[in-house]
Amino acid sequence: MKEQLESIRRQALDAVAAAADPAQLEELRVRFLGKKGELTAVLKQMGKLSAEERPVMGQIANDVRAAIESAMETAKKELVAKALEQRLLNEALDVTVPGTEAKIGHRHPMYIALDEIKEIFIGMGFTVLDGPEVELAELNFDRLNAEEGHPSRDWSDTFYFDTDSRVMLRSQTSPMQVRAMDTMELPIRIIAPGRVYRKDEVDATHSPMFHQVEGMVIDKNVTMADLKGTLNTVVEQLYGKGTKTRFRPHHFPFTEPSCEMDVQCHKCGGVGCPTCKGEGWIELLGAGMIHPRVLEMSGIDPNEYSGWAFGIGLERTAMRRFKIADLRLIFENDVRFLEQF
Amino acid sequence: MNLSRKWLREFVSVDADDKEFAETMTLSGSKVETTEDLGAEISNVVVGRLLSMERHPDSDHMWVCQVDAGQSEPIQIVTGAWNIHPGDLMPVALHKSTLPGGVKIQKGKLRGVVSNGMFCGLSELGLDERDFPYAAITPAAILGDYKPLDKEKPSIPADIQPGHKIYGPVVAAKVMACKPLGNGTFHVTVDLGSSAAETDTICPNIHADDLVAYNTKDNAICTLTDLHAQQAEFPHCIPDGIFVLREEDIAPGDDIKPIIGADDHVVEFEITPNRPDCLSVIGLAREVSATYDVPMNIHTPVVQGGGNGTLMELLDVETPDPELCPRYTARMVRNVKIAPSPKWMRERLRSMGVRPINNIVDITNYVMLEYGQPMHAFDYRYVKGGKIIVRRAKDGEELTTLDGNVRKLNSSMLVIADDERAVGLAGIMGGENSEIVDDTVDVVFESANFNGTAIRKAALALGMRTEASAKFEKGLDPMNTLPAVDRACELVELLGAGEVLDGVIDILNYVPQEHTIRMDPDRVNALLGTNIPAVDMYQYLERVNIVTKEKDFPNGPADVVIPSWRADVVGIADLAEEVARFYGYNNIPCTLMRGQTTLGGYSPEETLERRLGSLCRAMGYDEIITYSFISPTCYNKIRWPQDDARRQSFKILNPLGEDTSIMRTTVLPSMLDILTRNYNYRNQNVKLYEVGRIYLSGGEDGLANEQKVLSMGAYGSDMDFYALKGAVEAILDDLRAENVQFAAPAVPNPSYHPGRCAEVFVGGRRIGVLGQIHPLVAQNYGVDAEFYCAELDFSQLMAAQGADPEYVPLPKFPAVTRDLALVCDESVTVGALENCITANGGSLLRKVTFFDVYRGKGIDEGKKSVAFSLELRSDDKTLSDEDIAPVISKVLGALEEQLHAVLR
Repeated sequence: MKEQLESIRRQALDAVAAAADPAQLEELRVRFLGKKGELTAVLKQMGKLSAEERPVMGQIANDVRAAIESAMETAKKELVAKALEQRLLNEALDVTVPGTEAKIGHRHPMYIALDEIKEIFIGMGFTVLDGPEVELAELNFDRLNAEEGHPSRDWSDTFYFDTDSRVMLRSQTSPMQVRAMDTMELPIRIIAPGRVYRKDEVDATHSPMFHQVEGMVIDKNVTMADLKGTLNTVVEQLYGKGTKTRFRPHHFPFTEPSCEMDVQCHKCGGVGCPTCKGEGWIELLGAGMIHPRVLEMSGIDPNEYSGWAFGIGLERTAMRRFKIADLRLIFENDVRFLEQF
Repeated sequence: MNLSRKWLREFVSVDADDKEFAETMTLSGSKVETTEDLGAEISNVVVGRLLSMERHPDSDHMWVCQVDAGQSEPIQIVTGAWNIHPGDLMPVALHKSTLPGGVKIQKGKLRGVVSNGMFCGLSELGLDERDFPYAAITPAAILGDYKPLDKEKPSIPADIQPGHKIYGPVVAAKVMACKPLGNGTFHVTVDLGSSAAETDTICPNIHADDLVAYNTKDNAICTLTDLHAQQAEFPHCIPDGIFVLREEDIAPGDDIKPIIGADDHVVEFEITPNRPDCLSVIGLAREVSATYDVPMNIHTPVVQGGGNGTLMELLDVETPDPELCPRYTARMVRNVKIAPSPKWMRERLRSMGVRPINNIVDITNYVMLEYGQPMHAFDYRYVKGGKIIVRRAKDGEELTTLDGNVRKLNSSMLVIADDERAVGLAGIMGGENSEIVDDTVDVVFESANFNGTAIRKAALALGMRTEASAKFEKGLDPMNTLPAVDRACELVELLGAGEVLDGVIDILNYVPQEHTIRMDPDRVNALLGTNIPAVDMYQYLERVNIVTKEKDFPNGPADVVIPSWRADVVGIADLAEEVARFYGYNNIPCTLMRGQTTLGGYSPEETLERRLGSLCRAMGYDEIITYSFISPTCYNKIRWPQDDARRQSFKILNPLGEDTSIMRTTVLPSMLDILTRNYNYRNQNVKLYEVGRIYLSGGEDGLANEQKVLSMGAYGSDMDFYALKGAVEAILDDLRAENVQFAAPAVPNPSYHPGRCAEVFVGGRRIGVLGQIHPLVAQNYGVDAEFYCAELDFSQLMAAQGADPEYVPLPKFPAVTRDLALVCDESVTVGALENCITANGGSLLRKVTFFDVYRGKGIDEGKKSVAFSLELRSDDKTLSDEDIAPVISKVLGALEEQLHAVLR
């Protein structure tokens, strides 16, 4: 009987080692360890043994069963691992095949530039205002100190809706200054982006409709030095730290002193090149201290309060930011253009 | 405004090169646009004297010349020009020289003969006859150059001999000698066959041995015009040639640039409208003097006078409309000799972009440039009654202006008139009837000050903005009229152009007042954020002639006197700017804002706008920007009925063109334009969005009611109605809009496909419309594609936003799903079925999902099978079949009863 058991052990272990897949293993389990299996058949003969031999044989039989079970367990793990390995091999992909397209829309480059400007000013405590484009000449001109006779009021420059030149398409975002002064509590810090309209034929640098961002601060003790400091900070955020700027005297009816701000040409570093027309500087924006008359007209005492304001053209900012050569691309909306940004 | 630096030097001396000058002036407020070295392109071009000329051995039209160009040896130059003679001085472009237009001259061979350079004509030096009127060429007809138009029938026989008749009194003549007289005429001796003759001619293209046409009656050599010949018949007898110099004090070898005025540099300034005083050489000189802090040479005109007659007897001026004419100043010049003005004056005018005409007209232009005061010269003969009346025009009065146009005037316009009629449009342009002409004898110089607004309006109404009106409309200094008219008279005497009468007519219709303002250094520092000492500030102001009456510079506030030409300086802010300009804008420190902190941020509208943009982009829609104005025909293109109230648009009265003439009341045409453009560019699968404005009537103060609209548009293989609807649903879902409904419009929307259009409602309120664009609309845009568009009202979207989310506990018990396939009539909509299911599902029914519609085999004609998945769940327990069965049976019962829909 002992020989029988040892024989079963040998046969079983050999067979398990040779098994090629889990199904064969299962067959072997039934053959050797099943209810009608070989080991069971041998154990059925235990009754014929003496009382002394029985525990001994029982022990041997248990050892054989344990050995076979353990071998089967190990073999099964290996086979499962092998099968997985094979499956993964079969499932391998060509990872260089392009991914399934997930199309995401693109923000218009001009609004990207505007968003940058907005975020900078919001961070400095400015509120973003919106206002009408069909505007009163009174707010676009008179209240901004551009009285009757100012050349920008000409019908050759500005679009009008009535023969009295009363209602017009705003030619600048500056009437938002007046609207802010008329409706907001002091101190005021606002920016007002939006569409403006001038009677310019369409070409590479002109469009009858374009966008500006107006900015204004009114408070006690606001100085031209603040204007310079704030705008320099904005420019550094837009064009990088250390960007050189300069301020030139200029004229706007609604600011005094007035200035224009130039940035040093990024292309030539100020030496002069075609991009900056040899000047070394590129005009960026117009600004100035709010004219005392403008404050007075809005009921603000210029002896107590002062303020500064600026206006920046957005198309030109976006064009510079993304090196767009022709303004017409902005309004053409060709997706081959839009999807570059 | 152009400025000749040579001219500037008369008033202020600054050595800076153009670049440095431009930068310095720009930083003090006179923005320089461009600088130009007039002679930059000319090099190695000198005066040469023609020593001798021989005909080219291998050419019938070229000459081989020996020229003294100031070098030790004469040089040889071959030329094809015929207007030169030995002894002439002319510009010679030497070997390795350059000329305007990037032309380079090298030595070379012309038909085998060495040529060491080139003689220059006017055009080669960038000049024309207006610059040097004496250089105009009137060519004679040289018979040897004759090329008959019809070879069979020549007008002049090839073998014609001296004395042979050409026609009438005109015979062929052989030139025996041609001697230049130095003043542009030539003394010519001709052989007429049997006799000889001598004559003077202005034709410079005649040389010994030439055969010419000679008019024996007039005793003159014939030009092409005399012979009624065409240019093609005498190809080399052209009104062009070498610029034969007649300048004084020039010698061979002299650089040509100073001789032709090309040694000047011209600086172009951008002058802002508040500084009309800078539209003059003197005004800019003041700025230069202030910027560089160097003294200015102020010239006071001195007039000798003494002309024959008494001004007051000859001329009477009336100004019946004093408010339109604050000042009128006039002087008279008699026995005028009209002639070209001298070279220096022509050069200066030209450098500032003004065309020289004659001495009197040039003087008025010269003074206008120098003083910034527009001047006008009348021919006294045509000032009837010796009377000048500055009056309003009569309505309908007509005047032919100098440009030859007949102008119809009205009473808002000011004219200069004599006793009988208008002779000029005040401040804009003179009249043809009093123009200075070649035989003008007596001249009236007008130097007046007119009301700027009146001039501007008149110029605008007549569509004739002139140099003078552009100056007047900005408001000129009335104190300038007298020095300007004196300067004109001084120049008349300097040029020997006439005799100036003593006295000036000077009508002042205003009381000149000294303008003073209070200067407060502390306030200036407070405004600028600087600590500039008061004394420095007064010094800066003095540079621009803003002075205190105190002896020394004050250390505190003081009154300052503003010069008459600075009408723009009215208050402390203006003084601050003057101080800042010369202190240097770039020396003002940079500080950050102090004071009360403010909270920055986006408004709720802007937040929604940004959110809508993000959603659209997340779904693959690209952002576009379209014009707010459209063409009125757009409403036809989108098939709006003619009587549609939405056609009421804000109409621009002065649009750039019909295409941009009205403010849109719909964003649809703008989107369709861009879709069409992309379609025509063959861009595939395009999806676009814009948050754009529409402009409706009914805003405050007569303004527009400006509403924003989310406009979406798309086409391509991945687009259909449901793809667009899905995008709109996703947006409304993200906004947490509740009770969203889509319904076919009750009245068909003419812009959309009648069967593929839905109106969107949230909580019963209409949000907008979406669908496929009507094929006829697509056709109107010239495309045959399916365009899909949505127009969603921004303010309704704003209102449709749901409340902030509140956490709902996750389900504890599993859900059970039941799929129902329902057979119903075609006419029953999916929405109706879904509404019916939802309404009858009770509290256990949590979700109804449509997933299929089927027509065909197994389903009767006119019927369809619609499949829904129903999700049922309880918060208290796991549902059993017994719990579910009654729900389903109730739903099925309702479906059958209400919609005749049965389980398939």
